[in-house]
Amino acid sequence: MFETLSDRLDKVFTGLRGKGRLSDEDIDATAREIRIALLEADVALPVVRSFITAVKERARGSEVSAALNPAQQIIKIVNEELVGILGGETRRIRYAKQSPTVIMLAGLQGAGKTTLAGKLGRWLKAQGHTPLLVACDLQRPNAVQQLSVVAGQAGVDVYAPEPGNGVGDPIAVARDSIDHARRTQHDVVVVDTAGRLGIDAELMAQAAGIRDAVSPDETLFVVDAMIGQDAVTTATAFQEGVGFSGVVLTKLDGDARGGAALSVRHVTGQPIMFASTGEKLADFDVFHPERMASRILGM
Amino acid sequence: LAREKLTEDDWEEVEETLLAADVGVAATTQIVNRLRTQSLVLATASGLQLRDLVVRELTAVLGPDLDRTLHTSRHDGRPAVVLVVGVNGAGKTTTVGKIARVLVGDGKSVLLGAADTFRAAAADQLETWGERVGVLTVRGREGGDPASVAFEAVRTGTEAEVDAVLVDTAGRLHTKSGLMDELGKVKRVVEKHGPVDEVLLVLDATTGQNGVVQARVFTEAVEVTGVVLTKLDGTAKGGIVVAVQRELGIPVKLIGLGEGPDDLAPFEPEAFAEALVGNA
Ligand SMILES: Nc1nc2c(ncn2[C@@H]2O[C@H](COP(=O)(O)OP(=O)(O)OP(=O)(O)O)[C@@H](O)[C@H]2O)c(=O)[nH]1
Ligand SMILES: Nc1nc2c(ncn2[C@@H]2O[C@H](COP(=O)(O)OP(=O)(O)OP(=O)(O)O)[C@@H](O)[C@H]2O)c(=O)[nH]1
Ligand SMILES: [K+]
Ligand SMILES: [Mg+2]
Ligand SMILES: [Mg+2]
Repeated sequence: MFETLSDRLDKVFTGLRGKGRLSDEDIDATAREIRIALLEADVALPVVRSFITAVKERARGSEVSAALNPAQQIIKIVNEELVGILGGETRRIRYAKQSPTVIMLAGLQGAGKTTLAGKLGRWLKAQGHTPLLVACDLQRPNAVQQLSVVAGQAGVDVYAPEPGNGVGDPIAVARDSIDHARRTQHDVVVVDTAGRLGIDAELMAQAAGIRDAVSPDETLFVVDAMIGQDAVTTATAFQEGVGFSGVVLTKLDGDARGGAALSVRHVTGQPIMFASTGEKLADFDVFHPERMASRILGM
Repeated sequence: LAREKLTEDDWEEVEETLLAADVGVAATTQIVNRLRTQSLVLATASGLQLRDLVVRELTAVLGPDLDRTLHTSRHDGRPAVVLVVGVNGAGKTTTVGKIARVLVGDGKSVLLGAADTFRAAAADQLETWGERVGVLTVRGREGGDPASVAFEAVRTGTEAEVDAVLVDTAGRLHTKSGLMDELGKVKRVVEKHGPVDEVLLVLDATTGQNGVVQARVFTEAVEVTGVVLTKLDGTAKGGIVVAVQRELGIPVKLIGLGEGPDDLAPFEPEAFAEALVGNA
């Protein structure tokens, strides 16, 4: 539906082929097109700004190669910069030296945390682990039950001592889950938590309480690929409120460009570790930066 | 002749405010261009005046005179039927619960239909909402045919002579044609009882530019009559509805302001525009 960046840049460079070096005007015109493409992909405004500064810098210094037309050359630069930010070193889950390894999930309402708990459970099990899913969302109607159902689908155990729907203390459940995991010989604990807003101080304190109770080896920030400009505010709020060590991008099976990947990575510095690509528990993959870069650029 | 007294910085600020609220490049450009013309005509001199102008223009784009009432009264000897649709996790089930609460508060009788037979514990979640607000839920077999559940719900509501039947559906991405066909079927099957009165598309306020595509495809499938903009209690401004209104003419009818039963409010274009522009 949106014009691709290559189409846009081709227009800018019509008649420019073989010009040697890009003029400042060429670069400014290019920057405008890149800005629009990134905004249409939902990359957050402040991130767009600093990204473009970096791209301009590189474009200015670079020789226009004979083999590529200027548009292709710029795309190459943009793509490399994107992959650079999105990628870095790919990081795997850090397992604890002493079992259990604790993975805590956090994010906005409806992002896909509970489903992800099931996916992680299934994935971990396939790798020979014995995961335990822990029901610490005692707030959203039937969240405990939902987690129990996905645990069943994943063929893994669940620790759900409280009924939820407003009953029970999530911090206590989190604390007790570690002992329970040791006793029952589960080597990875996945803690599902309630959805919360970045500005909800009370619920953010609860998330910090859960974190302190389980000392997670990984805290994963779960974010919907459809999120727009709010990605930066929310990611920052979760980083300050609970802290996280990795990001999971969900609902990538849709057609959202997913510029949030760039925003969140850029402002928090935390790597995107996994991609969630459907409602079924098998719809889950490690994150591929190159695919994401092409997706953001619409290619 | 009036002369431009505002600086480029003023205009850039307006543009950034709109973009940062997810209004999108196309709608923002159009709004800013129109404002530039207006500001010349009105000889707008200060940033403060400009802010008022932005609010006014945004309100105008949102169609302040549109009918935003929800059609939830019995007619022709039948209950009103409301179908709630949208992508995964947008807030459909919660919204159904909240709407039921409002209707019950108005003294109406309501029945819920749990046509999400797919997601884990979805019907239970809806039933919990029903218990919370004091209405019954018609549900089917897990993994069963959602259209049959919806049909049953409306049939039960018709027999019980309730005022409104609210049908919750499974979240689905608009890109999944099989699931969109399924939704179309839910509506067609319900229509055997008579026309559906409202098809509400639930849009999460954090949604970026994809929201327009969602609205377009859902309305092609089931003729959306109104948008419910949820999660406006967060930091997101929900500006994507400006683009939805502008491109598709679908009015926002309600807003979601939290996870509780009373966190639902009518959409007010001017208040929304004020909040979007902020105090800056
Ligand atoms: N299409 C698609 N749907 C997904 C994906 N991940 C989760 N979902 C769906 O998104 C909706 C919300 O997922 P949940 O796992 O309940 O999200 P949550 O973050 O636990 O939600 P709360 O607990 O209410 O905050 C459900 O309908 C899921 O089936 C995904 O990758 N793709
Ligand atoms: N803060 C806030 N949270 C909301 C609002 N509306 C819904 N939620 C939360 O968003 C999450 C998802 O809501 P649901 O009603 O389950 O969404 P859904 O569209 O039915 O989800 P699926 O059926 O899985 O597609 C839940 O945690 C709700 O409590 C709102 O207006 N504000
Ligand atoms: K808001
Ligand atoms: Mg959940
Ligand atoms: Mg639902």
